[in-house]
Amino acid sequence: MFVSLALFGLAALVLVHLTPWLKQRVFLVAALVPLGAFAHALAVGPAVLAGEALVERAAWIPQLQLTLDLRMDALGWLMTLIVTGVGALVMVYCAFYFGRDSEGIGRFASTLTAFAGAMYGLVLAEDVFLLFVFWELTSVFSYLLIGHYQGRKASRGAALQALITTTLGGLVMLVGLVLLAQQAGSASIEVILAATPEGPLTTAAIVLVLVGALSKSAILPFHFWLPGAMAAPTPVSAYLHAAAMVKAGIYLIARFAPAFAATPGWRELLVGLGLATMILGGWVALRQHDLKLLLAYGTVSQLGFLTVITGWGTRDAALAAAALLVAHALFKATLFLVVGIIDHGAGTRDLRKLSGLGRRAPSLAVIAGLALASMAGLPPLFGFVAKEAVLYALLVDARDGDALAAIATIGVVIGSALTAAYSIRFFWGAFARKSDATDASVLQRVGPGFLLAPAALAVAGLALGALAPLADAALAPVAAAVDGASDYHLELWHGFTLELALSIGALLAGVALFAAREPIARLHARVHSPMSATDLYWDSVGAVDRLAVRVTSLTQRGSLPFYLGVILVVFIAGTGATLLLGGSGPGEVRLWDTPAQLAIGLVMVIAAVAATRAQKRFTAVVVVGVTGFGMSALFAIMGAPDLAITQILVELVTLIAFVLVLRRLPAQLGDRHGSTRKALRAVIAVAVGATMGVIALVAAGARTEQPISLAWPQLAYEIGHGRNTVNVAIVDLRAWDTLGELAVVIAAATGVASLLFIRGRDDALPRAPRGQLRRRVEARLDRVREQGRPGELRNAWILAGPTLDPRNRSILLEVVVRLTFHAIIVVSLYLLFAGHNLPGGGFGGGLVAGLALVGRYLAGGRFELGAAAPIGAGTVLGTGMLLAVGTAAAPLLLGADALTSAFVETELPVLGHVEFVTSTIFDIGVYLIVVGLVLDVLRSLGAEVDRQGEAARSTTPVQPAAPATPGGRP
Amino acid sequence: MTVSLVLVIVMSALYACAVYLLLERSLTRVLLGFLLAGNATNLLIIIMVGEAGLAPIFDPAIAPEEYTDPLPQALVLTAIVITFAVSSFLLALIYRSWRLANADDVSDDADDVALRGGAVLIEAEETAPEASTTDFPHETEPQR
Repeated sequence: MFVSLALFGLAALVLVHLTPWLKQRVFLVAALVPLGAFAHALAVGPAVLAGEALVERAAWIPQLQLTLDLRMDALGWLMTLIVTGVGALVMVYCAFYFGRDSEGIGRFASTLTAFAGAMYGLVLAEDVFLLFVFWELTSVFSYLLIGHYQGRKASRGAALQALITTTLGGLVMLVGLVLLAQQAGSASIEVILAATPEGPLTTAAIVLVLVGALSKSAILPFHFWLPGAMAAPTPVSAYLHAAAMVKAGIYLIARFAPAFAATPGWRELLVGLGLATMILGGWVALRQHDLKLLLAYGTVSQLGFLTVITGWGTRDAALAAAALLVAHALFKATLFLVVGIIDHGAGTRDLRKLSGLGRRAPSLAVIAGLALASMAGLPPLFGFVAKEAVLYALLVDARDGDALAAIATIGVVIGSALTAAYSIRFFWGAFARKSDATDASVLQRVGPGFLLAPAALAVAGLALGALAPLADAALAPVAAAVDGASDYHLELWHGFTLELALSIGALLAGVALFAAREPIARLHARVHSPMSATDLYWDSVGAVDRLAVRVTSLTQRGSLPFYLGVILVVFIAGTGATLLLGGSGPGEVRLWDTPAQLAIGLVMVIAAVAATRAQKRFTAVVVVGVTGFGMSALFAIMGAPDLAITQILVELVTLIAFVLVLRRLPAQLGDRHGSTRKALRAVIAVAVGATMGVIALVAAGARTEQPISLAWPQLAYEIGHGRNTVNVAIVDLRAWDTLGELAVVIAAATGVASLLFIRGRDDALPRAPRGQLRRRVEARLDRVREQGRPGELRNAWILAGPTLDPRNRSILLEVVVRLTFHAIIVVSLYLLFAGHNLPGGGFGGGLVAGLALVGRYLAGGRFELGAAAPIGAGTVLGTGMLLAVGTAAAPLLLGADALTSAFVETELPVLGHVEFVTSTIFDIGVYLIVVGLVLDVLRSLGAEVDRQGEAARSTTPVQPAAPATPGGRP
Repeated sequence: MTVSLVLVIVMSALYACAVYLLLERSLTRVLLGFLLAGNATNLLIIIMVGEAGLAPIFDPAIAPEEYTDPLPQALVLTAIVITFAVSSFLLALIYRSWRLANADDVSDDADDVALRGGAVLIEAEETAPEASTTDFPHETEPQR
């Protein structure tokens, strides 16, 4: 069975690629797969029917007790034969139904094969969750098949309708299955049926499962999707909507009936809805003019019939249900296929336009006649045998005084009368010569291949009827799952019984109904169709759409400050409530560590408030910078020198980066909008601040354990070989953390570059160190030759000096940069290597080196930066990350954990005692990444912005007036 | 653990000013608010060291309780650099927005505004399928 399932999957993948060569003959190849599965099922049939179920097991997710177990017992075997047998015939039929170059037949063949595979898995699944997976797969493939004609709006709408309806039912069913599996303690269907849990929870679970089954099998109130699904190509209707998929719900009922038919409500629910569906479906079928729709409503009616008898739950009922299941699959698939042939040949399915087909295509009429006779319940066809069995099973209980059985019997007889009536209507509509319609329909000659599938199915219906005892032998084991002995057998002739009388009565009533079709048509016209659930469906779909628009317009305001405000208000309310109700009070508080904190804090608060009121960009940036410098001072007096150093360096670089960008922006800060609702913003702001303050107090109070970091200084020294605990923490103890943060830094640096460099990050900076050098040499020679000329002397201080506009040059800056650049680089290297034992480290060192580059850029412009840093920022960043990751990964090669550090100490001739920890390499990586970040900022926000500014000036002599527009953005 | 009240108040004030600026529409002010929020958050973390002590430069003679807790310091150190990296990115965004649109503000999403104003009347995408009585419409009714 696994092999068959795999072949279905494989074929689905391959077929679409074979189509360009095979054209419509690809369906003949596709038919081989279900044919093989059919043959396999036939071969194992005797063993399975003897009671030896075929079981194949495979684990799927053992931790969740999910399995891929398949089990073929008598019921599974029967379903397999229907699914694969009808499947193979329908695929053969498709080869004739579709033209050579029909649109999308490869896709169609693949999907149909995949559907057949899913159906095959569904009827064999032993695990309820596996069953659910196949169940949903059939819904999805059905969606694709119904929507095969993608260009037709009706197809898409019908496909979606079927999908939504069956998936809704499927999800409800999943809940029921979970409940059942929980109560039985296993997801195995065999175990669940054997355990037969009871109680209100089980009842609820069973009802939920039945909702799934009823939606799949198009029973009231879910029946509407099936007529809609007739938008599918007719072979799909024959296979999915007559023989296979709609039977999945019936299969599930049959599967659970032996154990759960006694569940309160089971029988009432199924019989009630089943009868209503049967009668309403039959009634509406009588008014259809489209032959396919007539069949669709007939199918709805027959599914109701099947639901009644399958849900009844006695042994005889189970036998009758199995017979009816087979009979229906045979005759309904035949009829759909016949309709397909008529549509293919005549170009319409409207019975008002069809006339005289019987004489033109007698063989087709015979085939259809056989199937219709079976549907109407005429002997000697199998449909008659099945209906006799149904009536017998119901009457046995009705005679025992079961009121529901009596009601069911009456309902079934009424339904059968309607069935007989629409069967006759079909034959009349399709084949009769009508006085008001011309014989214009051009039915092309129908080839024997095209007729093969419907003929085979129709003959099977005839044969099974004639050989009823054989059918009984095959179907009795299915019914054996139900307790209770009975000597009822499927037979053509049981003698003059009440069943026979009822059958004859129903047939006569059917003939009468057909004869009275004119008055009935007038009645139909007056009474609005009771099958108006489809209106309900479209109304609810429309209501969901409108609700979505309302909700969207209510919540999607499109304003970022609004969203942020909502988030913050939720934060205040939620966190505030938690803090108030949490019961954890604030910790102990002291006024300050040193009075200096008060002084620094005062400056910071004043600066922060000033930042909110600043009207000029530069002012605002500077006052925000003041809070940063204040942070640095706080760190310094709180025993955090590393932080103080890093913060002050970052403040400097940030300030410079700001200035680089701000020079391109207007000086005034925008005030046009957004400055509204100042009071509201202030209230939210103060509330957030207060909440954060309370959080800090409560969090401090909640800390009662000794900090983990008490052991750090000792550990850092002994294992990390560094005295500076903070630095060792960054490069060793918490290096994983740092590694992640380095990645963030690289991402941000790359983001900056990609926002500024549109085409590539290396296209802007001049890369001509040789040319620069030559110019420098020439400048020196000039200076020697023409001493005393100050203009030439100026050029000598920095490399790119001559490229600058003399008005923009600062001799002081150039001299200072010239004198200090190398010293600063040395200091940065010192910070890097000393950082392990003294304040400093890769972050601080990198920032210092970055500042040196900033100096070069400020003094000499972008060409100077290119000369100072001839390597691309990307290379620097990448090298740094490579070092950091290498340090992390290298120990793995030596069998140690990632990021394990090693220590080397030795005596060197000149340097004396030298210690080296491998985590220093990690720190070098950090250093390079920070340098790369600063370099990227300079190259992007500095050099590239310069270049774009120059380009704008050279191409458009007049500056765009936008910044100066009165009343515009200031 | 005791905390310094002055630092908590300063932190709250920084957060308040940060939020006030973040709720602005001017991108530059949003960035300033982001920087203030970054500082306030670093302050929050550093408040958690409790009582300030000595710089955590190991000396066997000093008891570990006398150092300022190194763990929050390690967290803040990387946070400072990341704040710089992200604010650089925001700066680049501001520059780009100015260059492309001459705008330094966060404007409302036009589609959302249109929706809010009821200007967009969304028709139901799905409608009931219409009847068609053949699978072969092109062969019989070529004009469709």
